[in-house]
Amino acid sequence: MTAASFAVRSGGTRQLAGTATLLRFALRRDRVMIPVWVAVDALMVLSMPNTLKGLYGTQAQRDDLLHQMTTNSSLRALVGPVFDDSLGALTAWRVGVYAGALAAVMSLLVVVRHTRDEEESGRQELVSSGMVGRRAPLTAGLLAAAVANGVLALLVAGGMASHGGTGAVALGLGIAGVGMVFATMTAIVAQLTESARLARGLTAAVLGAAFVLRAAGDSATDDGSSVLTWLSPIGWLENLRPYAGERWWVLLLFVAAALIQGAIAYELAGRRDLGMSFLPTRPGPATGSLGTAGALAWRLQRGGVLGWSVGFFLAGVVYGGLTDGAADLVGDNDNAREIFERMGGKSGITDSFLASMVGMLGLVAALYVVASVLRLHGEETSGRAEPLLANAVSRMRWAAGHLTVAFGGSVLIMLLAGLGFAASYGKEVGPVMGACLVQVAAIWVIGGAAVLLYGVAPRLAPAAWGVAGAVLLIGWVGPALDVPQAVLDVSPFGHLPKLPGGSMQWPPVLVLLALAVVLTAAGLAGLRRRDMTT
Amino acid sequence: MTKAISVSGLHKSFGRTHALDGLDLEVETGEVHGFLGPNGAGKSTTIRVLLGLLRADAGAAQVLGRDPWKDAVEVHRRIAYVPGDVTLWRNLSGGEVIDLYGRLRGGLDAARRAELIERFELDPTKKGRTYSKGNRQKVALVAAFASDVDLLILDEPTSGLDPLMEEVFQRCVEEERERGRTVLLSSHILSEVEELCDRVSIIRKGQTVESGSLADLRHLTRTSVSAELAGAPNGLAHLPGVHDLDVQGKRVRLQVDTDKLDAVLRQLSESGVRSLTSTPPTLEELFLRHYQEEAPQGAEVASR
Repeated sequence: MTAASFAVRSGGTRQLAGTATLLRFALRRDRVMIPVWVAVDALMVLSMPNTLKGLYGTQAQRDDLLHQMTTNSSLRALVGPVFDDSLGALTAWRVGVYAGALAAVMSLLVVVRHTRDEEESGRQELVSSGMVGRRAPLTAGLLAAAVANGVLALLVAGGMASHGGTGAVALGLGIAGVGMVFATMTAIVAQLTESARLARGLTAAVLGAAFVLRAAGDSATDDGSSVLTWLSPIGWLENLRPYAGERWWVLLLFVAAALIQGAIAYELAGRRDLGMSFLPTRPGPATGSLGTAGALAWRLQRGGVLGWSVGFFLAGVVYGGLTDGAADLVGDNDNAREIFERMGGKSGITDSFLASMVGMLGLVAALYVVASVLRLHGEETSGRAEPLLANAVSRMRWAAGHLTVAFGGSVLIMLLAGLGFAASYGKEVGPVMGACLVQVAAIWVIGGAAVLLYGVAPRLAPAAWGVAGAVLLIGWVGPALDVPQAVLDVSPFGHLPKLPGGSMQWPPVLVLLALAVVLTAAGLAGLRRRDMTT
Repeated sequence: MTKAISVSGLHKSFGRTHALDGLDLEVETGEVHGFLGPNGAGKSTTIRVLLGLLRADAGAAQVLGRDPWKDAVEVHRRIAYVPGDVTLWRNLSGGEVIDLYGRLRGGLDAARRAELIERFELDPTKKGRTYSKGNRQKVALVAAFASDVDLLILDEPTSGLDPLMEEVFQRCVEEERERGRTVLLSSHILSEVEELCDRVSIIRKGQTVESGSLADLRHLTRTSVSAELAGAPNGLAHLPGVHDLDVQGKRVRLQVDTDKLDAVLRQLSESGVRSLTSTPPTLEELFLRHYQEEAPQGAEVASR
């Protein structure tokens, strides 16, 4: 090859040099993570038609469902409008939005992992000193996400084909589309901040906002035509209308958004220095007031606690605002009115709506407690714990600092969710607060399990995410899937009294609290005895 | 004199790897003790045991007269530790970390803190990730030297410092010695060890192979001699302790065990010495000799 032809060749592609190698490397590193995410997401969709057949087997049941969804804005806010009554359409309605959200979470994790995480850890520096173009790591990260979303789309389209090929393709592409919109959005956010943790948090906040926008839009209209719905990429999936007269042009929205966001990320990635960001780090104080391990733990986690607090308060406000609408159902539907009046008057439907919303927030709070407990693990593996523990700080003190934030923070965010309900719903303040606090018992059990894993088997500590994920899946889709009771009983949330509305039962709550204490104590005993890993 | 650190027969395994295999270490109070060995010899493992971060499988360890595992917090109150690879919290400034570490030890001397920041030319307002490797080490070093403690454990503390800062570091260690503090210094920079250390311990494959003052250790090694003689040399090859003898006409080069030097000189002067250079063993030679013995197995341990 002559020097001139080499120059021409490298001139066009040098920014992407090494992408193929990096992609193979990324897929190798994610050989467990991506398949698990894809499998869980696909299974969630593919198991749905059978379940729905059981729930809405007769035409009368389906008519009733359609009627409810058209007339009840609160229910629409939760699960979106129904566009048709075929099994395919019902599946797309029931899980499409959640499957898209899962794909978004997977994509954001994959992209951050191969871009900002690598830079923050310093590993990228070594990699980029090789024959690796400036934009190759970002390209490889996005391609890894594209591969994951592509496989997911294929699985969904293939698995749903028996209910109608066209709809199956639309659903698969829509889910993958949401994934790719968030993959490219993550790519932008990863350019803006130096911290991988912050990049994940910010993108997750955007995802949460997309969820809320869709919910608000769907509560306003019964056909997904609200501007708010169209502002949310998750709403696009709904408006693609798989199995209900597919509107293929909506796919162009996904493509356009992904392309525009990708282009912005590329532009940013090509301009900035390695490891640097567009949100510069400001200098800090020359002297500090931190004097204890507990104060340090709070300082390190307070940003996270603040984010979760705001999120939970807003979620409380949104769901509290929908509560009154939930009772409308009773006014519109004679059958339902009879049922709910028998169950305990008009407050019955409101209370069960409140109970399910509070329960859902409790499940999400399990993610908070796991993230917070695992800060211990992060501090240890990063090497920051070692010099800290070489000071006059016992391991128990050190752990106690982070665990106080984890367990105390769970109480705080549930209280704030309750305040949110109180602010927008305004009735039953006491019972709703109580319901929020009762969730803490189950949240703490998950936290205790994380402490146990970390203390006894630090290498398995990340499995605590699996515990929280399993509990979430059981809580969200378990009841609808006719899963055996034994499986449902695994989740501590299944044992909580149904509040408000139900009667407070102390025994299960106290048992859960005791279990949380035992798990935590066992984990701490393990931590006290074992070697610190470095 | 009491012992600041006293370790005997220390064993520690990670799975099938024996990181420490009966290691001994004695550090007198008030001395600067060099802790040397090839990569993977077990230096950092030993230090982590001394800090109570790892529990020894067997053997006895005492730090400042206490058990580092059971009395970790009490021991740590009087210890300052600087790891070789300092990681800081991204959102905490260097100054905040220095003060935190000071408070978590026996306390911080504010005047000394200010003076050290000046001498190390450290900007304490920068935040965690924006520091270079050398500057992260300076943060830990300032925190250690400004703390009110009796024992400093420094694990390759200068690997990222420039020569100027290396100079400042050495001055600081000397000041610590003058104040009567004890320093355990693990280092690969031999000039630094030679400059600072009263005594050294050399370990290999988890065992102590040599311990003593540098003068003692030198005595155990070879001196290089090269001489130009009036006549042809004779009898040198039969002298005990002579190695690598190279005779070219009237010129002689050889290595001799330092305690056998006298006999060699006498033999040389019999042939009439025109010129003579005698080079004492450098520290490098001293260590290379220890490091290289049984190199293949050493490499295996190092690759762990």
